[in-house]
Amino acid sequence: MDFFIVQILTGLSNAAALFLVASGLSIIFGVTRVVNFSHGSFYMLGAFIAYSLMTVLPGFIGFWASILLAGVAVGVIGLIVELGVLRPIYKSPELFQLVATFGVILVIQDLALLIWGPDDLIGQRAPGFEGVVKIGDQLLPSYDLVLIFLSFLVLGGLWFLFNKTRVGILVRAATQDREMVGALGVNQSWLFSGVFFLGSALAGIGGAAQLPKGGADLLMDFNILAPVFVVVVIGGMGSIPGAFVAALLISELNVFGVQFLPQSTLVLMFVVMAVVLIFRPWGLFGRPEIVGSHGSQGPPEAPLRAFSGRLWLALAAAVIALTAVPFFGGTFLQVLLADVIIACLFATSLHFILGLGGLVSFGHAATFGGGAYAAALLVQFSGASMELAMLFAPFAAGLLALVIGWFCVRLSGVYFAMLTLAFAQVVWSVAFQWGEVTGGDDGILGIWPSAWASGTTAYYYLVLTVGLSGIATLLFMAYTPFGYALRGGRDSALRSEAIGINVRLVQWSAFIFAGFMSGLAGALFVFAKGSIFPTELEIARSFDALIIVFLGGVQSLFGPLAGGVVFTLLQDWLSRFEYWRLFLGLMIIGIVILLPNGLVGVGQWLRGRFGGPSNKLEEAQEEAG
Amino acid sequence: MSFLEVRGLSKSFGGVNAVNAVSLDLKEGELLALIGPNGAGKTTCFNMLYGQLKPDEGSVKLNGRELIGQTPRKIWRMGVGRTFQITATYASMTVMENVQMALISHHRGIFSVWPPASRRHRPEARALLELVGMESQAERAASVLAYGDLKRLELAIALAHSPQLLLMDEPAAGMAPKERVGLMQLTADIVKERNIGVLFTEHDMDVVFSHAHRVLVLNRGEILADGSVEEVRANPRVQEVYLGGGSTFGEQGAGSEEGVDKEGMADA
Repeated sequence: MDFFIVQILTGLSNAAALFLVASGLSIIFGVTRVVNFSHGSFYMLGAFIAYSLMTVLPGFIGFWASILLAGVAVGVIGLIVELGVLRPIYKSPELFQLVATFGVILVIQDLALLIWGPDDLIGQRAPGFEGVVKIGDQLLPSYDLVLIFLSFLVLGGLWFLFNKTRVGILVRAATQDREMVGALGVNQSWLFSGVFFLGSALAGIGGAAQLPKGGADLLMDFNILAPVFVVVVIGGMGSIPGAFVAALLISELNVFGVQFLPQSTLVLMFVVMAVVLIFRPWGLFGRPEIVGSHGSQGPPEAPLRAFSGRLWLALAAAVIALTAVPFFGGTFLQVLLADVIIACLFATSLHFILGLGGLVSFGHAATFGGGAYAAALLVQFSGASMELAMLFAPFAAGLLALVIGWFCVRLSGVYFAMLTLAFAQVVWSVAFQWGEVTGGDDGILGIWPSAWASGTTAYYYLVLTVGLSGIATLLFMAYTPFGYALRGGRDSALRSEAIGINVRLVQWSAFIFAGFMSGLAGALFVFAKGSIFPTELEIARSFDALIIVFLGGVQSLFGPLAGGVVFTLLQDWLSRFEYWRLFLGLMIIGIVILLPNGLVGVGQWLRGRFGGPSNKLEEAQEEAG
Repeated sequence: MSFLEVRGLSKSFGGVNAVNAVSLDLKEGELLALIGPNGAGKTTCFNMLYGQLKPDEGSVKLNGRELIGQTPRKIWRMGVGRTFQITATYASMTVMENVQMALISHHRGIFSVWPPASRRHRPEARALLELVGMESQAERAASVLAYGDLKRLELAIALAHSPQLLLMDEPAAGMAPKERVGLMQLTADIVKERNIGVLFTEHDMDVVFSHAHRVLVLNRGEILADGSVEEVRANPRVQEVYLGGGSTFGEQGAGSEEGVDKEGMADA
């Protein structure tokens, strides 16, 4: 009995940080409709800042003041992010906002590395709460009780704020109808900045308060992100009681999971989420989302055009040039170009669902890494040949996408994004935790190509053939009725249903197909590197594909190719610097704000600006009405 | 002979009886207007007929087959077309491709890969665009069309699977007066030519009185009147509901000359 009480209390105290971060995310989303992916970074900053403050401010007062001041400092940082990054793009499609906040993650990661160094910091114990309390014959750190008290305090405080104060009621009103609140004379800018400060401060306090328990390290940002998304998806986006209940549920589940099913704690969390989603796709305390209530979709895409003769010529020239590379280029160039082609296939498969289908997946690494692991495991355990493994990998990835997609296509917009990210984390956690099979953190080594393909040039030609075929298939699919139906579902789901098209089925199929192709890219990758590690399943890998698509231009079929080339070369160059994430992050933010149509958009703009065969006739027609 | 039989359709939201025991029949070649003041239950009726809303009670039979409980997709396959109050078209496709998509779906080709979508059913799509007078704009993007043209495009899309019944939710809303007359005249011609039944809701009484063959007046969820344009117009209870509609109902204000003309044609 005592055992259970202590376990429950431990779960409650673990829930505190999760609840603080999730409620902050929820509040920000409720008012601004932006899912702040950098919220985990605010949590991490809270821990680091509090650590530094505690070294300066000593004693009992100093400890608590540090937590509070860390919250304020992170709130101010959140405010800076809101003013500098998000304010210019509130009217942009939600994908832009998500990508911009990802840029913030990268910037904060490197700034934290710069300021606090790479080592994990061990938090100071809370003065007055160093000991343990005895419950029966069980022991509980007394600081756990403080955390429990803190989460109830914040819950009560938020309840008071949102129900009893004028500002809180305005925030709630803005959650329901932003325009109406604006029409009533409330300055929206202030409201947005205000909730951003509050939400960020909550994340900062969450990070600071768990310092005595968990310390501060540079992985905190991504580590908290998946559970926080799970919490808001389960609790319902925008609901604070929902965030509280869900944080509690997840934390208790973890605590008891460790006792009874230690191998599956990470998976357990996602199982609960899946069950909730089957019955209440909008979460326990959320409301069903109103169609079209998300951010604007941006300007409509131009109709697809058949490939012109010139384009065919250019493509043929590119293929010939790539084929000729081994005759003049060295090993380095061939390896680099193989990486470029694999990145392009990976990104094109993401573009298929994201660009054509409007399904913003933040977990595309699941199928990339999934395919890579499938190939590696097959070789490892059955000694299969490379050929067989490469054939097997896309089907395994497709199967994975079939399962993940079944849940995800029930949702749309930011919910879809969060859910795909969460599922990708499941796959990651399986690879990470299931050490006996996947090698855990050590990965799987010694996965080399068959003899005939083992030379650099031979493997380059293999990547070229398979990769370009995959890309060509994806491009071809865009022109089929299936590709059109996918775009149709994005343009107007209402119209699709009214002409007998099952939008969800189309989206699900597309998700599976994209997963298949992404798995193929993964298989090419694993034999190119000879090994696979859980890093290929990480959030950062999913973001690579997103950034490539984004860099190239979401609305262009060839965007992912342009983006893939530029991104891979850029990364190759940037990663030689210590603080390359900082540059990359700033670059992403800059692109989102300054070049919303990506590289292909810039190309089109240049062509329109400096002559060339633009659509003068069409423009003239449009002007004439 | 009625091919659409609606019996005792009811729906309440909370304590409000949005639609209460509505029954109606529709014949082939008939243009039936469903009118009523704001909140009368027109849209609720429509959404129930099209499977977007489940009624509390009642049945909707199309050629004796029950529509209630079917998804909008299934109802579409059973031969019901629909246009929306705010047009719903594919902005990133050309006018032609919009119609082609409806045809591809009708021929169950959504999951096929060859030939490419834009090469499919072109003659059929062109014929539909000619029918609505949009053939000259076939290769333009739907996103650049004028609103009236979008409405025409939607009509072409809705006719792609040769429906027996066409549901049009405020077809003339948001259009210039001239365009309204044109669109309704076009609809009336199609009804006659293809011998289909059209049920439409409308706020503009000129449009209703000059084109509808029969008018059904809904008020507070119940049917107030059902009859020819003349009967409904002369009905004192209808006049009472529409008080403030002004001269629309009076002898002297029988609409524009054009309106009278069209009415004559529609009756013929």
